[in-house]
Amino acid sequence: MAQVSHKGFTEAKNLFITEDSIFLREKVNGVLVLEDNIIEVNDLEYSFGEIKAVDNINFVVRRGEIFSFLGPNGAGKSTVINILTTLLPMQKGKVIIADHDLRTEPEKVRESIGIVFQELTLDRDMTVRETLEYHGRLYSMPKAQRQARVNELLNLVELEAKRNVLTRYLSGGMKRRLEIARGLMTRPKVLFMDEPTIGLDPQTRIRIWDYVRDINREGTTIFLTTHYMDEADQLSDYISIIDHGQIIATGKPWELKNALGQDVIYLETSDNQGASDILKKLETVRGVRDKSKGIIVMVNVDGTYLLPEIMDKLRNGGIKIRAVNLKKPSMDDVFVHYTGRELRDTGTEKAVVVKPGRR
Amino acid sequence: MHKGFLTIYWRDMLRFVRFRTLLFTSLIQPALWLAFFGIAMSNNFERLTATLPVIPGVRTVGYLTFIGAGVMAMTTLFTSLFGGTVLLFDKNWGLMRETLSSPLPRIHIIVGIGLSAMTKSLIQAAVIMGFGLLLGVHFFEGYTATQILISLFGIMLFIGAFSLGFLFLSAAIAITMESPEGMQAVVTLLTMPFFFTSNALYPANSFPPVLRALSAINPLTHLVSGIRYFAIGSDFSSIGIRYTYTQGEAITSFVALLAFAAVMFLIARWRFTKVTVT
Ligand SMILES: Nc1ncnc2c1ncn2[C@@H]1O[C@H](COP(=O)(O)OP(=O)(O)OP(=O)(O)O)[C@@H](O)[C@H]1O
Ligand SMILES: [Mg+2]
Repeated sequence: MAQVSHKGFTEAKNLFITEDSIFLREKVNGVLVLEDNIIEVNDLEYSFGEIKAVDNINFVVRRGEIFSFLGPNGAGKSTVINILTTLLPMQKGKVIIADHDLRTEPEKVRESIGIVFQELTLDRDMTVRETLEYHGRLYSMPKAQRQARVNELLNLVELEAKRNVLTRYLSGGMKRRLEIARGLMTRPKVLFMDEPTIGLDPQTRIRIWDYVRDINREGTTIFLTTHYMDEADQLSDYISIIDHGQIIATGKPWELKNALGQDVIYLETSDNQGASDILKKLETVRGVRDKSKGIIVMVNVDGTYLLPEIMDKLRNGGIKIRAVNLKKPSMDDVFVHYTGRELRDTGTEKAVVVKPGRR
Repeated sequence: MHKGFLTIYWRDMLRFVRFRTLLFTSLIQPALWLAFFGIAMSNNFERLTATLPVIPGVRTVGYLTFIGAGVMAMTTLFTSLFGGTVLLFDKNWGLMRETLSSPLPRIHIIVGIGLSAMTKSLIQAAVIMGFGLLLGVHFFEGYTATQILISLFGIMLFIGAFSLGFLFLSAAIAITMESPEGMQAVVTLLTMPFFFTSNALYPANSFPPVLRALSAINPLTHLVSGIRYFAIGSDFSSIGIRYTYTQGEAITSFVALLAFAAVMFLIARWRFTKVTVT
């Protein structure tokens, strides 16, 4: 809680937001209310012809937080980002970003945001410095400020040594870091990051997480999308789980996990169906879900002490237990809980390769 | 005033200067036209027209000089019509998302790219003209230094206006098309009628009426006439035909080029408001 509270304090309104204000995220009389929202999205919809990519989405992001969209491929994450960053036209709904209506003041919105796209969008024929320089110029930054900012950012993302290297000669991780630096060039109020660590090695991912936290600590609100559970879990203040264009659940990572109970027990038995029937009757069991070879039991109490009881019950019912595992609920479990399917079914665990440099 | 178009210009020129091969390859084709087609044809024409009586009081110029202006104009046409391709690549490779999601008004992209294509066309035309002079194109004959400067300036104005018009057209096509191959096909198809209904390589006077009418509204004809007006003169003959071109006609041609550029600009702007990049 302590770590959250410093973020709740905003320069703009000297308004202190407590944990209790969470309820304000819910719709009150059909309208989202909270004064210090930097992003407000109401009834957003978007269709590509017949395909409804975004289906009645509502959410708010508060100033200074890291907010994540967690969802599988094709969930509609990029489409939402493309609408919020004015690259796709608004079809239906209302969006306010940094106090500007997306429909009526798209230019003002553009001035307030930075974007790190899902695909690489670097010009292979420009150097690292020129890439940042170009971006600064696009936003009419004065020369001195541009130069100072370039130095500062190259330092942050550890690319000083590559300053005058063409971007075509950078490694995938370096390119990603450069794109992040570019997104930060203009000190945006909100930074949109669409799957910032896709296709990167574990070390680079962790480094990028560190940048994201640093940037956020300096006051930039971050909206990121990911289909990595751990990423959403590690970074976010709030997560919205999105699937088939709809938000299925929203909350702090721990809130989402708590919804599954205190512990999760995995069992493989001689009769999974029978075991499931027996356990569902227990008061301490919140729910039972089938897996391919076994069952998952979500429990409301400390599993360490409940497990022996469960095993006794099953044995008395004539069911043999082959394997047992006890753990805290993970984001994976949360995802399955809310969507009814596993994220990895949709290809999460496969190596995802960042598009190789084009041209 | 917002100077955003200078940013676009800067970036495009940066790439142009960095990849000089682009410049060189774009110069080879016109140079070859001049060197082979020009010299070969001028030998033929000279033989055919040798028997024709010389029109008294009118300066006669060789065929190479005649098509020197045509090759400069043709090169400008090709360069400008293909000049928008960079936008298509930017669009397809996602590079344009950065620009389109920035506060830069879209009109600046068109203007910036237009200016950089114009710069390239001018550089190219200058190089080809220099090459032509070496090969034996007789431009600016009997001109004083001041007259040469004025003529050069006039040629620059004509090439500038012309290249802007075709670049805007090219930009409108590029932003509408999905693939470079499609763009290539459309542009190649477009160059044909412009090229063959112009007076770049042969006189338009002997065309049948329909072609002559097309030739008269063809911007390429206006550009070629303008260049000849400044580089050769207002009254000369070549391959047995007399050309007169008054100052009034030159001004009309220039205004026509400006009008063409303005219309193309409006079309490009309209296409740009429609573009979505994802
Ligand atoms: N340009 C487009 N034209 C048509 N359909 C599209 C287009 N872009 C996206 N879609 C469709 O919209 C849906 C949502 O796609 P979107 O790219 O937003 O998903 P995502 O959550 O970002 O997925 P990923 O994790 O794979 O990036 C998908 O069904 C997709 O096929
Ligand atoms: Mg996506």
